[in-house]
Amino acid sequence: MTLTASVFPDSRGFFGIYGGMYVGETLVTPLLDLKQAAQETLHDDRFWEEYRRLLRDYVGRETPCYQAVRLAEHIGGADIWLKREDLNHTGAHKINNTIGQALLAGRMKKRRLIAETGAGQHGVATATVAALFGFECKVFMGAEDIRRQKPNVERMELLGAEVVSVVSGTSTLKDAMNEALRYWSGAVDDTFYVIGTAAGPDPYPWMVREFQKVIGEEARSQMLRQAGKLPDVVAACVGGGSNAIGIFHPFLNDNSVELVGTEAGGKGLDTGEHAASLTAGTPGVLHGAKSMLLQDEHGQVRDAYSISAGLDYPGVGPEHALLRESGRVRYETITDSEALEAFQALCRCEGIIPALESSHALAQAFKEAKKLGKNKTVLVCLSGRGDKDLEHVKKCL
Amino acid sequence: MSNGNHITERLIIQQKMSRLTETFIRVRNENRPAVIGYLTAGDPDEKRSEEIIGSVCRSGLDVLELGIPFSDPTADGPVIQRASQRAIKSGMTLEKGLAMVARLRQRLDLPIILFSYYNPIFVFGTKRFVREAESAGADGVLVVDLPHELSDEIMQYVPQSGKSQSGQFHFIRLIAPTTGADRRSDILRRADGFVYIVSRRGVTGSGSIDWDSLAASVNEMRSGTAVPLCVGFGIRSPEDAHKIAAFADGIIIGSAFEQRIEDDPNTAADSAAVFLREIRRVITS
Repeated sequence: MTLTASVFPDSRGFFGIYGGMYVGETLVTPLLDLKQAAQETLHDDRFWEEYRRLLRDYVGRETPCYQAVRLAEHIGGADIWLKREDLNHTGAHKINNTIGQALLAGRMKKRRLIAETGAGQHGVATATVAALFGFECKVFMGAEDIRRQKPNVERMELLGAEVVSVVSGTSTLKDAMNEALRYWSGAVDDTFYVIGTAAGPDPYPWMVREFQKVIGEEARSQMLRQAGKLPDVVAACVGGGSNAIGIFHPFLNDNSVELVGTEAGGKGLDTGEHAASLTAGTPGVLHGAKSMLLQDEHGQVRDAYSISAGLDYPGVGPEHALLRESGRVRYETITDSEALEAFQALCRCEGIIPALESSHALAQAFKEAKKLGKNKTVLVCLSGRGDKDLEHVKKCL
Repeated sequence: MSNGNHITERLIIQQKMSRLTETFIRVRNENRPAVIGYLTAGDPDEKRSEEIIGSVCRSGLDVLELGIPFSDPTADGPVIQRASQRAIKSGMTLEKGLAMVARLRQRLDLPIILFSYYNPIFVFGTKRFVREAESAGADGVLVVDLPHELSDEIMQYVPQSGKSQSGQFHFIRLIAPTTGADRRSDILRRADGFVYIVSRRGVTGSGSIDWDSLAASVNEMRSGTAVPLCVGFGIRSPEDAHKIAAFADGIIIGSAFEQRIEDDPNTAADSAAVFLREIRRVITS
């Protein structure tokens, strides 16, 4: 199957059987309006000029593509290249998307941005663009995550955002998203919901992909220029899947490039404590889309678990469900302890502290590099930096 | 209308019309709107839930919306969220909810609409759901997060009216204040059983209603359909019900019942029935 942006999703937002717009009636028309606005920007050069200008002057793009020589020697095998999304302003790839959505919110004459956040990276990226463009901002965050990610809460508040503590359900990312959807359904007229990953109802999965594709577009031409060839493997971590879809998409038609998505295997798939919705989930409908889901046999959504708050989500973007089904992308899992080892290896060998999310992609890249051997190349999406994780990692080591 | 005529009409209706349509004709003849009650199956547990539902149904409820709990009810406010959590904790599932419908159907004649988010139905199997819901004696389904455009995911399995076991299995569609004009016409054209008019933006059980604009938009919708127009979301008091009675064919009440179950599940069978009788009194007078 050939997959291109022009084919998926279809006009109703479906990627094969996945995706769609499964929401309450109150949100249907606002989503259709958003979809129309997003489609209009696709062919609007002025919109993309503004987007690229901000990514260059404000975010600091393009981000480097860096060959990690000492790391590759330490692992033994293929060359390892890192796409340095950790060097973006606010420390992760999330800002590529929030810049795009904030520009769209401005065009739609909204005055308030809302967002859900787990680890707080998307919350910080949304609070940042709210300050930049002069929007009011509310970020919904599970009470449990507020406790675990205090520095990011303080960052959001400094930037002028209100952090709303969510105590329903399990008080984590899934519940924060529930609460953001509830708030939005009461405030659709003046409020823009900035979803942080390539999931949720149509148009979010493809809209977020379009704003994150810059990762893969840059990386592809950087590899050709700097390494003189395309990589043999591209690895990225998958929670909701926005950095992965962003780096994968420009490589989809390069059949020689193997794409590997890495889910959080937590304490191991057999323990039930993981966040591997593609590997161990079943088809279901949550947060507006049909996709793969961690759930019980009665259709109740199960709690996800990961050492990394950003991967701690029981669903996944619908395009990943299709990419898995078509076989174009291989999805693997990495446990907490494998991710921690990779985290330390990058710190020690390269002087780079990666986010725990990105450490999952790194750990997978190590496996691929060993398997491929010399004269091959693995490209890793280093989606974020690990400053936010220091306290948590210290406890785990 | 004399009692004799009424009975004759009922007999004719029963051969041709669904239990739901018949109910709306009956209340129209009584010159009042229907009272539609939402209750979560299994709240606070299966046994007490069935007692509370039985008590409300015997106290003048016209249509029962039986809620199947879902772990992530994004269209619901805190009251129904907590009701759903209690029900899931007590072990309620779609399968058990269907068994409850079958038991209620043995002793109750009112229309029963299953009310659910899509995922429990999707995982159960949509085809199997339609078959088992019909054979349990349910009269239709309202799926909160399955919009109009996607209704065929379920309705493709409903036999043409007249051939199915209960006469007709309805798919209840919703119209919200945010619904655009084109979609509103489409929804009214395909309306089936009744239309659930969402009174305001936001989630169930909270917020205030703009009565004038609500009445105006309901009256506007009359020209687009002959199907009954029922209003729900945030109907908390007999005063609210009285206002809605002036322009709608039905009043949908949910959180107000669930609040009484939360306050004291052991007296909820009585307190919910007292509340319902009060609603019935203000809309009939």
